[in-house]
Amino acid sequence: MLDNSRRIDRLPNNAGVGYKPQHFDDLRADPGPVKWIEIHAENYMGAGGRPLAQMRVLSERFAVSVHGVGLSIGGETPLDPDHLARLKHLVEWLNPASFSEHLAWSTHDGQFLNDLLPLPYTNETLAQVANHIDQVQTTLNRQMLLENPSSYLSFAQSTWSETGFLNELVRRTGCGLLLDVNNVFVSATNLGLSADGYIDAFPLHAVGEIHVGGHDEDTDDHGAPLLIDSHGKPVDDPVWALLDKTLAKTGLRPVLVEWDNDVPDWTTLRSEADRAAQALALVA
Amino acid sequence: MNPVQRRFREALLDAERAVPPDLQDGAGAPAGRRFSVYRNNVVVSLTQALHDAFPLTRKLIGAQSFDALAAHFVRKHPPTSPLMMYYGDALPEFLGSFEPLTHIGYLPDCARLDIAMRRSYHAADTPAVDPSAFQCAPETLIALRLALTPAAIILRSAWPVFDIWRMNSAEGGAKPRVMAQDVLIARPDFDPAPYLLPPGAADWLEALDAGRSFRDAHDHALQTTPKFDLAQALTIALQSGALTDSKTKDR
Repeated sequence: MLDNSRRIDRLPNNAGVGYKPQHFDDLRADPGPVKWIEIHAENYMGAGGRPLAQMRVLSERFAVSVHGVGLSIGGETPLDPDHLARLKHLVEWLNPASFSEHLAWSTHDGQFLNDLLPLPYTNETLAQVANHIDQVQTTLNRQMLLENPSSYLSFAQSTWSETGFLNELVRRTGCGLLLDVNNVFVSATNLGLSADGYIDAFPLHAVGEIHVGGHDEDTDDHGAPLLIDSHGKPVDDPVWALLDKTLAKTGLRPVLVEWDNDVPDWTTLRSEADRAAQALALVA
Repeated sequence: MNPVQRRFREALLDAERAVPPDLQDGAGAPAGRRFSVYRNNVVVSLTQALHDAFPLTRKLIGAQSFDALAAHFVRKHPPTSPLMMYYGDALPEFLGSFEPLTHIGYLPDCARLDIAMRRSYHAADTPAVDPSAFQCAPETLIALRLALTPAAIILRSAWPVFDIWRMNSAEGGAKPRVMAQDVLIARPDFDPAPYLLPPGAADWLEALDAGRSFRDAHDHALQTTPKFDLAQALTIALQSGALTDSKTKDR
């Protein structure tokens, strides 16, 4: 049984890391500046075994953020009731400090595509996404954070800017936002927009968590830079700079380093967390 | 209904289809290979999930062949649930009918072993029966009712899958000889392992799991396998933590 009485009920304004099972021993022996961890909800929806046992231990000591990657909140079809029930079960069991999901879709007609796919920003999709957020917040009986996506393209039919769309979702649903500054940098580069302008237009009052992560560099058909949100390498310098600018505006926030592919050893990941902690120290 | 996501999905899994015309770059030009980022993410991430989930199958045919066949499989059988830990249930059957590999008859059962290992890993934690439960009066013992833990899975194969697994494991083993083998996949703590079952043991375990008493299950095993060795079967069941006397069985 999980002891819920000692749970921390909000993410601390410190550095956190995306948790990987191979770091279980190192994280506990040498957490460095890491005060909280984030897990992908779907990896902890098994019935038992090591993943849940590790979480029983870690949640005694670290605040936990549950980050869903499979709910398909931006989908044009209804949310999967089975998946929502599994999520409710996990959140009730773990009582995490935060639950977040993505402004994206991944399931359509019962097929799960295992990627965060983009949607057009229209009045119609706004109403769909707001309904889905309402449904999630009602089911989980808590506020959720919604993360801005990384974009490689845009839709001709969009009538809202992404920041305007997110702002309106906050207004309609009362959800909070997870601001991924790497995604901002990736999208701005890919779509020829200003990352600073995006941050200026972002509803920063609603930000409950910030992400940084690594990206890869490619080019499109015309030789223009095309950044890929790969989470497979260290955070790039322009993204750290964008984090500094963002924190100067938001004040202290929980900052997470995401590294999901080609996961490095603990020392390397911890040094990224050190850098996030330094950025937070500049604000304090 | 809004067809945007349907068109998007259909083009994702079929590289022959045109990129949907409503997708564009920042300047309003057609999205072109920007769409390939998503195509690539989907196929690569699903292929990687299978790559990690089927270590024995992958080792048997080599990583390169495995990834090539996985790229076929993911287009034909995309996941139907966001629980990637259970993705790939259709792979054994797919392997049995995938022309370039049908000559490797044991491959589907090896994929079933990989699936059982993964299911066992994520199965509910149920305490195994304590060996002291068997130190009791004979009339108590014969009436004992036991069941398989959720983490215990029996695989009956016409192939020597246990020997194939052992030969390809870190410790290594002799080259398998052609024979049928029953394998128990179970998890004494958190790490599942295959255990070779002696003749009749699979029948015995399944009879216990079906709710038959210790004596009835033994009788049943002797019927199917006259040389059934209870002591040997019980030793393996206790070593592997496969049996429980817990009433709260939850699957």
